Amino acid sequence: MSEREYTCRPISEGAGEGEALLSTDALCFAMCEADTGCVLEQGHCLDGRSVAGKVLVMPTGKGSSVVQADGLYRLIMKGTAPVAVVIETPEPVLVSTIIAMEVPLVDEVDPAFYDEVEEGDHITVDAVAGKIVVRKNSTAREA
Amino acid sequence: MELTSLERDMLEGKHGEGVALAMKVQVGTGKAFYAKRMVPITRAHVAASAQEGDLYFVTKLVDLGARCLISPTTNPSMDLKYVEEHLCTFPEDAIARVKASDDAYRRIGATMTLSCTPEIEKNVPSFGEIVAFSESSASPYVNSVLGARTNRESSISALCAAVTGRVPEYGYLLDENRRGEILVEVEAKVDDDFDWALLGYAYPQKYKGPEVPVFTGIEARPTPEGFVQFGAELATSGAVAMYHVVGVTPEAPTVEAAFGEKPVKERVTITDADLDRVREQFSGEPGPIEYAMLGCPHLTIRQVGEIAALVEGKRFAVDTWILVSSLTLELAERMGHLGAIHRAGGHVIPDTCMDVPGCWDTYYGRPGVTESQKCAFYCQVYGQRYAVRPLAQAVQAALAGEVVK
Repeated sequence: MSEREYTCRPISEGAGEGEALLSTDALCFAMCEADTGCVLEQGHCLDGRSVAGKVLVMPTGKGSSVVQADGLYRLIMKGTAPVAVVIETPEPVLVSTIIAMEVPLVDEVDPAFYDEVEEGDHITVDAVAGKIVVRKNSTAREA
Repeated sequence: MELTSLERDMLEGKHGEGVALAMKVQVGTGKAFYAKRMVPITRAHVAASAQEGDLYFVTKLVDLGARCLISPTTNPSMDLKYVEEHLCTFPEDAIARVKASDDAYRRIGATMTLSCTPEIEKNVPSFGEIVAFSESSASPYVNSVLGARTNRESSISALCAAVTGRVPEYGYLLDENRRGEILVEVEAKVDDDFDWALLGYAYPQKYKGPEVPVFTGIEARPTPEGFVQFGAELATSGAVAMYHVVGVTPEAPTVEAAFGEKPVKERVTITDADLDRVREQFSGEPGPIEYAMLGCPHLTIRQVGEIAALVEGKRFAVDTWILVSSLTLELAERMGHLGAIHRAGGHVIPDTCMDVPGCWDTYYGRPGVTESQKCAFYCQVYGQRYAVRPLAQAVQAALAGEVVK
């Protein structure tokens, strides 16, 4: 099992760890079913997959001004929210929502992170010190 | 970020815990965007949607003692009394949620307009004004059509701004970020309001970034409603909160003015095929429908008048809901439109959003018609299957009880 550490910038302070869920599309949390955390958006690269308990790695946020907060709140209440979010580009609706809902959020991650990180890697986000640790799931890699 | 002594006091809790929480969200957001300072606002528009997340946050702020320095207008919620008289009754918890939301927003000092089109009535900023508007269909209009300045505020950040009376200075508040970066050559025919909606949805499908697009090749100025729907779809399909239409919007008399010193980062062409793709994506299945939901964003008095003219002397075949502001409802009554729509069996309902949980459960999982891609998009999550048609065709579908291809 290999482990590597990357620098990042904390936006919403806190810490979280879980499996990496990689999205090439921006996400609006309102498009997730609250009970399961599953994304229900036709054409979205995560359509049908759950954000629950994951470290969500995505380009940025999208969606209308109210539903982003409501969507994330419902996920938090049902225990199906991501444990931390890693973004490339901050987006005001996402950033203010995530700070208010107290989910760890970081950006400006060392570009090497994006070369290395794979679906299912175990990720620890420290959104106070500005650190991301990626642990490779070695069995998955060998298989 | 440099804060004034007043702002530091707010952040440190000297003006109460509610103000401190609002400041914490704003300073955190400001830092994320490298804002250097905060600047005063003169207007704000917030949610009041009675959605759970929104209710959670406003209640938290107001219970911690926060009150608005700038009284914001509010987005729609639900006209509980009308819905209970005409559609369904509600479980206690839903009634409690709507009442709690109204109560919390009143207590925090909001102006209870309950409409999602503040930018065309009740809270219209002038050129250059710095404001905090949260409704995603309003922000592009405020920035682009009026030339006032707002970021793409969330319901949360706009409420924080109303409380503190200021916003972090970044993004669209700064001249350099208002300049265009993407040149959009529109070859498609864009004539009526629906074409503008299609264009608004189509553009972010072709270019996903949030950079300011500059639309060229369009000669006719859209109606105010066309601009409203255009902004709504740009913000639904993507995260665009500012655009220019060369020769039409105030900061884009020419292509050169629209881009300023910025180079053209990318060129995007929008053809009829692109608009047709969106039309097809939202066309739904031809066949029977069970309801019509019109007014996302809220319809204006002009649109209500058009509907009244189409339905005079006829009867709707299905439940038809026309969502408007209370002002538009009042005007519709004065002008006789309300009578025409009521005689046809339709409902004109104020203060209500098509996406208030609990309000429209009757229609979940069922086929309907709407004029709005935004409505269709956000209601997917409730299993509502919408066919999207231009307003007049949607009204015809409601009269016939079915959508045609």
